[in-house]
Amino acid sequence: MSVTTQGSLGNAAVKTDQAAYAAIARAKRRDIIFSVGGLVVMAIAMTLLLTLIGDLVVRGLGRIDYDFLTNFPSRKAERAGILSAWVGSLLVMLVTALLAIPIGVAAGLYLEEYARKGWLANLIEINVANLAGVPSIIYGLLAVGMFVYGMNLGKTVLVAGMTLALLILPIVIVSTREAVRAIPKIIKEGAYGLGADQWQVMWNYILPAARPGILTGAIVGLSRAIGETAPIITIGALTFIAFLPPAPITGEFPFINFDWLNAPFTVLPIQMFNWVSRPQADFHTNAAATGVVLMALTLSLNGVAIWIRYRLRKGSRN
Amino acid sequence: MMDTGMTPKASDTSTLPPIKPAAESEPLCARIEGFSFFYSNGMQAIKNVDMPILDRKVTAIIGPSGCGKSTLLRSLNRMHDLYPGNRYEGRVILEQDGENLIGPEADPVVVRLRVGMVFQKPNPFPKSIFENVAAGLRVRGIKNRAVIEEAVETALKRAAIWDEVKDKLHGSANDLSGGQQQRLCIARALAPNPEILLLDEPTSALDPIATAKVEDLIQDLAETVTVVIVTHNMQQAARISHRTAFMYLGQLIEFGETSQIFTSPKHPSTESYITGRYG
Ligand SMILES: Nc1ncnc2c1ncn2[C@@H]1O[C@H](COP(=O)(O)OP(=O)(O)OP(=O)(O)O)[C@@H](O)[C@H]1O
Ligand SMILES: [Mg+2]
Repeated sequence: MSVTTQGSLGNAAVKTDQAAYAAIARAKRRDIIFSVGGLVVMAIAMTLLLTLIGDLVVRGLGRIDYDFLTNFPSRKAERAGILSAWVGSLLVMLVTALLAIPIGVAAGLYLEEYARKGWLANLIEINVANLAGVPSIIYGLLAVGMFVYGMNLGKTVLVAGMTLALLILPIVIVSTREAVRAIPKIIKEGAYGLGADQWQVMWNYILPAARPGILTGAIVGLSRAIGETAPIITIGALTFIAFLPPAPITGEFPFINFDWLNAPFTVLPIQMFNWVSRPQADFHTNAAATGVVLMALTLSLNGVAIWIRYRLRKGSRN
Repeated sequence: MMDTGMTPKASDTSTLPPIKPAAESEPLCARIEGFSFFYSNGMQAIKNVDMPILDRKVTAIIGPSGCGKSTLLRSLNRMHDLYPGNRYEGRVILEQDGENLIGPEADPVVVRLRVGMVFQKPNPFPKSIFENVAAGLRVRGIKNRAVIEEAVETALKRAAIWDEVKDKLHGSANDLSGGQQQRLCIARALAPNPEILLLDEPTSALDPIATAKVEDLIQDLAETVTVVIVTHNMQQAARISHRTAFMYLGQLIEFGETSQIFTSPKHPSTESYITGRYG
């Protein structure tokens, strides 16, 4: 364009050039303003979050030692520990994961691959999406009515796991569906084109390709469940527990035992809630320490999610 | 077979009736009879097509974009069954056993076991080269390691890619070039020994050298397997096919020996298409 420098045509070309440069400069300014704005907003959010975490860590970290992790709760703040709470949290999470992941993944795969698209599928879709937004205490109420009293299961590890599984089921279903939907059509058609039947396509092609997304969803769900307090309080697990459920793995045959499912329990957020509501300052320190442990667990779950995603992404390319 | 009373006086040549294919002297693999196809939105994409498919020869389908080439090809291995609401009419009879590929009694999965497909864009699975080629055997429940290894090697050799990949069979298929990926996809389709191989614009994403390789390969393949290829490249159709079908607006306008279609087309639409007047 810059070659045509003669006559009025040349001038016109130069003029458009200037207009174009001005437009580009404006666009660049817009980009800068936007990125600075974004940075500020993010900084505010991060500062708030870090202040909260920092406060918790400052108050709680010093309290965490071997005794704190291996002692049962006690009426004396300095002797109290969170053994029953973290073991309870772990066992409840185990039940939650074992229930929510297979059911959620199966439901997601069914809805995406098998269900006929129609009003029923739409209805289910809307309901699943809405379930994800239902306040967790409602799940607690459902669990009290259905599991604790209706089915007479009591206030046990099993009931807590079932309740939290219900709570995170929509998360698992939705992330499964999204992961499945993200698989390129051309890969699916390639598999069908080879003569694979629907089950083979689902099992050998869709599921492996969707695995990173599914696992991420499942772990996000679990890290939400591990911090949930309201539904667990609602099912009536707000009690003083100074013993452990029977160990799931035993020294003698058949090595696995399921009594722990029916044991009463406590979990970390409840233990924390418990201590926060005491008037003594020492218990507040204990609560902060419990918070640090809980947060460490949540963050490491998220870390595992990121790691799995990274590994599988890398693996699936090979 | 040409209707002699049909002098092309109208300027719109597409209104002239299509020419029905002449009786074939060569052995057939399949016959398409009175075939129509309707998409779920009610759109009729294929209109009453009659067409022979020669046994172990290359049949090319040409025609302007949107005329129904892919639709016809994808009907032959029941790809449309993956999406609800699509409808086939008519018959596609395999000469060998009289099976109607698009009949309601034919299981689409079984049809796809007999009719393999290679797509426009290379679509290797995110697995190793070996596993890609073995995939078609695995879906058939073949587990014997030695059988699979042999079939994989044979298929890769038939697809003329063995020499390039034999040292990295367990490397990722995604690390191959586009042309290699496409030949890998051909090997994958060949490994289970299909009776018919469908290729939908297999070279449109490839450079001229890779294209030439794939073209050579297709010609060699036709000695052992029936090939139906859709292409936008008329030189390609002229180079590699024995029969050419020209489609327009869902109809099969003209079908014949490739040399005849390209040198002395009988239908004015065919002539304007191959001389580049539309499409
Ligand atoms: N899934 C679909 N639903 C409805 N109509 C479709 C669908 N796919 C294709 N069509 C229509 O069917 C007609 C034929 O499409 P087709 O893909 O077979 O054309 P084509 O000859 O392969 O074209 P191209 O050379 O561009 O690939 C087109 O008019 C297209 O709009
Ligand atoms: Mg097409």
